[in-house]
Amino acid sequence: MKSNPGVHLWVVQRVTAMLLGIAVVVHLVTIVTAVRGGLSAREILERTQGNEAWLLFYVVFALAAGLHGAIGLRNIAAETIGLRGRGADLAWLAAGLLTAGFGIRAAIGLYA
Amino acid sequence: MAEPASLKVSVWRGGEDGAFQRYEVPARTNQTVLDVVTHIQRELDPSLAYRFACRVGMCGSCAMTVNGRARWTCRTHVKRVVDADGALELRPLANLPVIRDLAADLSPFFDKWQRARGTFLPKQSPDGAVPEDFAVVPPASKARREADAGIECIGCAVCYASCDVVAWNADYLGPAAMNRAWTLVNDVRDGARGERLDAVAGDAGCHSCHSTQSCTERCPKNLDPSSAIAGLKRVLFWDTLLGRR
Repeated sequence: MKSNPGVHLWVVQRVTAMLLGIAVVVHLVTIVTAVRGGLSAREILERTQGNEAWLLFYVVFALAAGLHGAIGLRNIAAETIGLRGRGADLAWLAAGLLTAGFGIRAAIGLYA
Repeated sequence: MAEPASLKVSVWRGGEDGAFQRYEVPARTNQTVLDVVTHIQRELDPSLAYRFACRVGMCGSCAMTVNGRARWTCRTHVKRVVDADGALELRPLANLPVIRDLAADLSPFFDKWQRARGTFLPKQSPDGAVPEDFAVVPPASKARREADAGIECIGCAVCYASCDVVAWNADYLGPAAMNRAWTLVNDVRDGARGERLDAVAGDAGCHSCHSTQSCTERCPKNLDPSSAIAGLKRVLFWDTLLGRR
């Protein structure tokens, strides 16, 4: 196998797109259901605190969103301003993981 | 549509930093764009450089940019591309270096066929010897039908000149080279599948295609390079995900 970052990033972007397709639906349904009869911090925390299923869901959601967005921005930057190369790839990967990290930290905050 | 009495033809003259020159050409019935270019060279300005050979849509060498769109000039009737004002704009093919006037340099286009491993490598005899027996390829098999769909390409570069991704990334292989690669990936007699898939993978290959399908829309042979590229992506997706490459 030849080293070609484009292929693996492409596969990651397609797989995260599939995950996001499901996650966004769950997310929207949860919002619509949760706001019925008013929305309160207590109600949210009652649902998420100590619940491993919601923690897992939000961790996967945040990871998929962070990576998917960063890879998309990488491609746009390459095509519009010619930003290419290994350094740029690593920077985009770091940006994606950092974004995902913020989301995962929030999910842990809701769980703990 | 009203027929103009004469055509006002703007023709690209010079190299990359050239400019348009205006010519007035008599309008005739059943006139192709190639007829117009030939009239200019034979009657008005013998220094005009352009390229053609067969005049009947077999060789693909007369492709140019006609009113902003890559076409075979021999198969384009003037009345299909000119309004009542009779204005016609001719440039060399886009996304390629200009040699002079209407002649583009197709070297990068054919170099990319090589880079995409567009050469058949017999599985039975990688050393190039003639195989001992005929290979049996059922014409109705799925792989053969996929290959058949793309093998009529004559390399005119109309798809390459129409591709936005080539314009954004000079390294991008382009539709024709990957269409060729896809026909060979589906050729059961071919022995270079792995190398070929490596050659067409990544940012300079099929993974940069946006599937906007200008190649498919403009191919004068009605081929579908966009689907060929999608096929390469599909094979590479599963091969990469399942660790087969």
